[in-house]
Amino acid sequence: MSETSLKTTPLTQAHLARGARMTPFAGYSMPVQYADGVLKEHLWTREHAGAFDVSHMGPAFITLAGKSGDPDADHKAVAALVEPLVCGDIRGLKRGQLRYTLLLNDEGGILDDLMIGRPTEDEAQGGLYVVVNAGTKESDFARIEQGLGARAKLTRADDRGLIAVQGPKAADAVTRLFPQAATLGFMTFAHAELDGHACVVARCGYTGEDGFEVLVPRGFAEVVWNRLMADEQVRPIGLGARDSLRLEAGLPLYGHDLDDTVSPVEGNLSFAISKRRRKAADFPGAARIERELTEGPARLRVGLKVLEGAPAREGAEIAGDDGQVVGKVTSGGYAPSLSGSIAMGFVPPLLSEPGTRLKVIVRGKAQACEVVAMPFVPHRYVRLA
Amino acid sequence: MRFTKDHEWVVLEGDVATVGITSYAAEQLGDVVFVETPEVGKTVAAGEALAVVESVKAASDVYAPLSGEVVEANTALGDKPETVNEAAESDGWFAKLKVANPADYEGLMDRAAYDEFLKTL
Repeated sequence: MSETSLKTTPLTQAHLARGARMTPFAGYSMPVQYADGVLKEHLWTREHAGAFDVSHMGPAFITLAGKSGDPDADHKAVAALVEPLVCGDIRGLKRGQLRYTLLLNDEGGILDDLMIGRPTEDEAQGGLYVVVNAGTKESDFARIEQGLGARAKLTRADDRGLIAVQGPKAADAVTRLFPQAATLGFMTFAHAELDGHACVVARCGYTGEDGFEVLVPRGFAEVVWNRLMADEQVRPIGLGARDSLRLEAGLPLYGHDLDDTVSPVEGNLSFAISKRRRKAADFPGAARIERELTEGPARLRVGLKVLEGAPAREGAEIAGDDGQVVGKVTSGGYAPSLSGSIAMGFVPPLLSEPGTRLKVIVRGKAQACEVVAMPFVPHRYVRLA
Repeated sequence: MRFTKDHEWVVLEGDVATVGITSYAAEQLGDVVFVETPEVGKTVAAGEALAVVESVKAASDVYAPLSGEVVEANTALGDKPETVNEAAESDGWFAKLKVANPADYEGLMDRAAYDEFLKTL
């Protein structure tokens, strides 16, 4: 893709002003790093707070057409339209709750991983807040719209600014702008106003740290960004550190660790299959997924600690002690918080137990590695009672 | 010191060439977290991969600016890969080559030519 056809975000100018190095990502020109560089940005986020432009992602709102006015009935109705597309419990969402779920194809392969939230207010019931990945948003939105038909409407919000603030100081920084952020626990969200602008504040993220994702109007995004930058605890963080942070947190990256051939069970995301939905077997690919849950999958996503040699990156083969190739690394690299190399990849379930010694093949050399439990770096989510 | 368009530097003393990556390349790579230096005795042709340097983000080849045989590798980079960032054009050298044709050295860019080349990037 040529540079000129790349899309920009409401924060592109702000990144350039801060000396960001830009790179094409999912059709957008995005900051891969700022002047500090990936290593310092990563460590800063773990110790203080990092701000990430994630406006390339796909936030959207789903609204039931012809609401009954009965809030609970309207929620149930909109959930019933979305549930046939995903394996999560949407009906059972509490008000203000966000859930990580998976959009599936008919074979039970993952089309995307996404967040779906139920709004808090009575008058907003029958609506859902959705955030999908940048690289898949066009096909995701098309599939969701097809599922909704005329009974509900999907309104894209990916022209707005979406800013993630992550790290132990994120709550201080975000609460200063949005006082009600303090009342949100991990995986909850609320509509909030700042200077009269309607925003969405969600306590979630993809770094393993406590943090927030704030959806703001396009023309207001730079104001919010600059206010965050004015906080000495907050620094801008590029996609490079975003990737190393999520890798350490053991979180899969769609298009790398997950694709449309990988099932939730294979992807080690069985927690995202709701009990009620499993019992009802009413989601795409339910037969395959049930079989894998009872008999075990053919392969499983695991964490690997590379014990010697070079970082094992995406595409590196994983071999058993006998040299037989048993799988492939789907993402991997240097982990700044661990001062070592880690990876995720797929192996047969028999080789998936933590402590299992395997090899990764990097540039023809077999290097020792070990299966380890994920996350590699403990999550520090803040859950309020 | 001479330079390549792939951002290696080389210093020739007699028929032994010391090879590294330029400060510009080190800056572009960002924090170096792993270096793979070649085995002593390995022969390389000019333009072939000589070593590998890795940042958090990616792995990059370091190419041999001249043909020759590796006579020494900077194994100290194994424990201190950050030396490549701190002293790219001195202590951060990767390998020494006994070069096949010392005269080829003069065909590489000098500092002024390399600086001009950087302006075109």
